[in-house]
Amino acid sequence: MASVTLEKLNKTFGHDHIIKDVDLQVGNGEFVVFVGPSGCGKSTLLRLIAGLESISDGELKIGADVVNDLPPRERGVGMVFQSYALYPHMTVYENMAFGLKLAKMAKETVDDRVMATARILQLEELLHRKPKELSGGQRQRVAMGRAMAREPRILLFDEPLSNLDASLRVQMRNEIARLHHRLGSTMIYVTHDQVEAMTLADKIVVLRDGRIEQVGSPQMLYQQPATKFVAGFIGSPTMNFMPAELLGGSEEGCRVRAPGLGELALPQDASGEKKAASLSLGVRPEHLRLAEADGENAFEIVNVEFLGNEVYVYLEPKAGDSLLIHRSEAPSRWKLGQRVALVPDLEHVHLFNGQDESLSLKTTQAVA
Amino acid sequence: MNQYQLTKLAKRVGFYALIAVVMVYAIFPFYYAVITSLKPSSELFRVDFWLSTVDFGNYVHIFTQKSFVRAIINSIVISLSVVFIALLLGITASYALGRVRFRGRTTVMLVILGVSMFPQVAVLSGLFEVIRGLGLYNNPAGLILSYTIFTLPFTVWVLTTFMKQLPLELEEAAIMDGATPWVTITKVFLPLMWPAMATTGLLAFIAAWNEFLFALTFTLTDDQRTVPVAIALISGGSQHELPWGPIMAASVTVTVPLVILVMIFQKRIVSGLTAGAVKG
Repeated sequence: MASVTLEKLNKTFGHDHIIKDVDLQVGNGEFVVFVGPSGCGKSTLLRLIAGLESISDGELKIGADVVNDLPPRERGVGMVFQSYALYPHMTVYENMAFGLKLAKMAKETVDDRVMATARILQLEELLHRKPKELSGGQRQRVAMGRAMAREPRILLFDEPLSNLDASLRVQMRNEIARLHHRLGSTMIYVTHDQVEAMTLADKIVVLRDGRIEQVGSPQMLYQQPATKFVAGFIGSPTMNFMPAELLGGSEEGCRVRAPGLGELALPQDASGEKKAASLSLGVRPEHLRLAEADGENAFEIVNVEFLGNEVYVYLEPKAGDSLLIHRSEAPSRWKLGQRVALVPDLEHVHLFNGQDESLSLKTTQAVA
Repeated sequence: MNQYQLTKLAKRVGFYALIAVVMVYAIFPFYYAVITSLKPSSELFRVDFWLSTVDFGNYVHIFTQKSFVRAIINSIVISLSVVFIALLLGITASYALGRVRFRGRTTVMLVILGVSMFPQVAVLSGLFEVIRGLGLYNNPAGLILSYTIFTLPFTVWVLTTFMKQLPLELEEAAIMDGATPWVTITKVFLPLMWPAMATTGLLAFIAAWNEFLFALTFTLTDDQRTVPVAIALISGGSQHELPWGPIMAASVTVTVPLVILVMIFQKRIVSGLTAGAVKG
């Protein structure tokens, strides 16, 4: 177990600047998830920590040691790969013992470690099988076992569940979470799936174009996204965005006008913005209520999805081309083709300025 | 029988007729060599397609000649050495060419390919000087050296292609486990590359086993010769007699090991030439 500290970490491949000045502190025993769209550099960042890529600039510390120039085996990290990358010609036991044997450990120690790891991951029955005789979930567990057997200070996961089918993914997600509770080791996990990120993480790191967009607990990222990007990335179905025009500030916050919704009084502090600045209004699907159409405020329902416990209603937006989504408990009385009015819960509305930054609430600022 | 069945039958017959032609074309020379080798010399020039009597006289004749037995031993030693050296160098080179990123990698690959395009005759005199210079004339080591030169390009190419197909994550997993490149090659890649190695090794063996020109040029004495040269130099009782019987017996003797090897490795060869995707 150890903490990980990244200071102004940079990575360039030729002329491509992949990782740009990343600062991050991963605490001892924390479960940190790197999340972002493909090409955001999350896997590269993980590989920098693992030692599979060289660091172009900056400093990487594991515990108190600077490990920039140490090879992976001396960093005390274990890694689980997306394709598992088990050694096909070795049995489960040999797969897990390989690293230990290379470390020239005594035979009894190797045996003890492998058996202990196998017990934790319920692999005892499978120790003499080859990878090709295992199911996807079992291979996944062996891959984790191989990484854990050397008792690394940090465990790294590179999209470990993306090769599994949906139900197995949920199950393995659960097992990883329980494993973390039981071992209490520091884990860093890369995924593009925000559901995995939300469910597993103590701390989520949202990456975009090689930069950290926001770091925080799942709850914080969901409730107080710092940027429009984070707001749109975290949460499923995604947040609804509507253009809005700033009318002016007020005692409690500000007033904006959004096409279709009319004038809204919001609790955000827009004093830093110019009058008539074009802003972006963000409302989560569950914070959007529907009502009977009312003059201007009339949106057409273009699709209704029934998911059993809840219903998604898709509406034609007044501007832009991504459909607006309303989420409510089933059953729903709204029908396809109907025109309805949108009523956002004003205390849950997010407001983003022209630079896509979130505007903070006036009250929280007063407290600060 | 209607039209459809008739064409189907005709196609079938045509197909098997074609197979028969190919079989005869491919196998008949070897078959005739076997038959000839089992005939006594008195019947040698009567054209028979079946054996009426079996006579091992020709085999006894060649195996009682010391120089021929010696040639077989030479051939075995040389061919196995070539296979061993070519695979050792091929595996390590293919790791470098397939896995390590460095400037000029494509150029190196093209040069390797280019080397294999020279006909043997073109380098014969140059190579002769090299071998003389190294003091390897009339020495099996000289043949091992020259065969390896001609075998390596193919070996390296095939093994590099195969190496590139092995998942990158496998190597990274080995690195995370603390493996050095040498350990990665021997403990992780080697077991997975057996099919490719069997293929290239066998082809290298066949090439070395059958080679004639270098073997003729770089050796002088009977006890350093390899089998193809020894066969060519088998002489009869007089200047005007070509001893076909012993020659055929010797040819069959040296072909049989190859046939057996190919049969043993045939599955490996097929999987070596086609497969490559090793899924973890």
